[in-house]
Amino acid sequence: MIPFSYNKAKSEPDAIARGADTAARFLGAGTNLVDLMREGIESPTVLVDVTDLSNRIEETDDGGLMIGAAASNTALAENAAVRERYPAVSRSILSGASAQIRNMATVGGNILQRTRCTYFYDVEGARCNKRQPGEGCDAIDGFNRGHGVLGVSPACIATHPSDMCVALAAFDATVHLAGADGRRVLPLTDIHRLPGDTPHVETVLTPGELITAIELPAPPVDARSTYRKVRDRASYAFALISVAAVLRLNDGRIADARIALGGVAPKPWRAREAEATLVGAAPDDAAFARAADIALSGAATRPGNAFKPELARRTIVAVLHDLAGASR
Amino acid sequence: MAITINGRAYDAPKDVRVSLLDLLRDTLDRPGTKKGCNQGACGACTVLVDGERILSCLALAVQYEGRSVTTIEGLADDDDLHPLQSLFVEHDGFQCGYCTPGQIMSAVALREEFKRGLPSNISPDLQASPERSRAEIKERMNGNLCRCGAHNGIVDAIAAYVSEDNE
Repeated sequence: MIPFSYNKAKSEPDAIARGADTAARFLGAGTNLVDLMREGIESPTVLVDVTDLSNRIEETDDGGLMIGAAASNTALAENAAVRERYPAVSRSILSGASAQIRNMATVGGNILQRTRCTYFYDVEGARCNKRQPGEGCDAIDGFNRGHGVLGVSPACIATHPSDMCVALAAFDATVHLAGADGRRVLPLTDIHRLPGDTPHVETVLTPGELITAIELPAPPVDARSTYRKVRDRASYAFALISVAAVLRLNDGRIADARIALGGVAPKPWRAREAEATLVGAAPDDAAFARAADIALSGAATRPGNAFKPELARRTIVAVLHDLAGASR
Repeated sequence: MAITINGRAYDAPKDVRVSLLDLLRDTLDRPGTKKGCNQGACGACTVLVDGERILSCLALAVQYEGRSVTTIEGLADDDDLHPLQSLFVEHDGFQCGYCTPGQIMSAVALREEFKRGLPSNISPDLQASPERSRAEIKERMNGNLCRCGAHNGIVDAIAAYVSEDNE
């Protein structure tokens, strides 16, 4: 690991002032960044520890929740309001990593964690356009069972590995940002960029911009939500496919449907066209299958992940089927 | 500010690159905490920080100034083993022993997580008090690997340990 300076930010303004240094990176608990620095993939020379900033989880005036970016993944999953009103968020977090990592990892850091593409990590042995722009991608013709099928490009087929973000996306979470130029609030689904021909540029955050909080709007009244994760082993593995869904029925028809997918794309992926086809439909498997077909209609596969669109379709149908059954 | 380790205060390392694990093993000569993968996959380096289990290999020591760390060396009361240490012996919860400190530290925290009602990925009801079943224990211990395959004995020992709260 190359030498770096370290400071723990005492306040948000302190963090933003320190983060203005072009060599700086914000440091959460380090569960991803410290590992990346050890591997030589990231080499910031200034670390600004933001774990002492707000970790509060508080009710908002409009019935939602404001989550300080330094809240741990465990704290969010365990929060009573989250377990009751946003169960898919609790379930998504609990499905990922291990207890030790969830205790450390912050919510802000979870959003900005980097892909676990093995070629991205293989500094000595593989080409990667994220690590070395323009170098090429060894995943495209390599072992790509875990790689993406939606929103990917010829330059990069890596996925965003978060479970939590998939569930937050289904609940229309927004991200509060602060930087030298002021504050702004963006939908979570607008934070990550698609790779195009610049896969090394992963988010829309400007240099030195800090995630201060994540806001969950009030969940739809009477809606049910869940998160299902499909993977190669039952525990402590990244998703091949995951689905977070929110469903609300009214008079035997679908009044509201949200579908977010993980394991398939470079970002938490909302299937908005698929959702739109469900509103007003009867909650049966035929409608769910039509929506699932639309959600995966743009899929671009490689030999290793050619199974993913069908697995994603079936998982979407199964999740919606279960939610509809529980709502009747 | 100091880092408290097993009740004693120590200075944070001058080289901020030093992990909490390397501080324990190399600087402070507390080798009970083990280095397995050194990348957050195996759990051998599990310690408690303010009672919560974390991975000391992924932790920069300097981040833990002002916090209280407990390692396997801090569990026993002089010559009297911690109850979970005794249960690991009783239930054959180890073979080579390398993962054992991490397993034990992890399970000490696990019992507290059960007590406060933290659900797991397999808990059917997020709001109910979790069942102290073998399946729940296995899911909650997923971050501690054992190469020898002593898992059944490990689960037996932990099941006995957490069942004490049922009485």
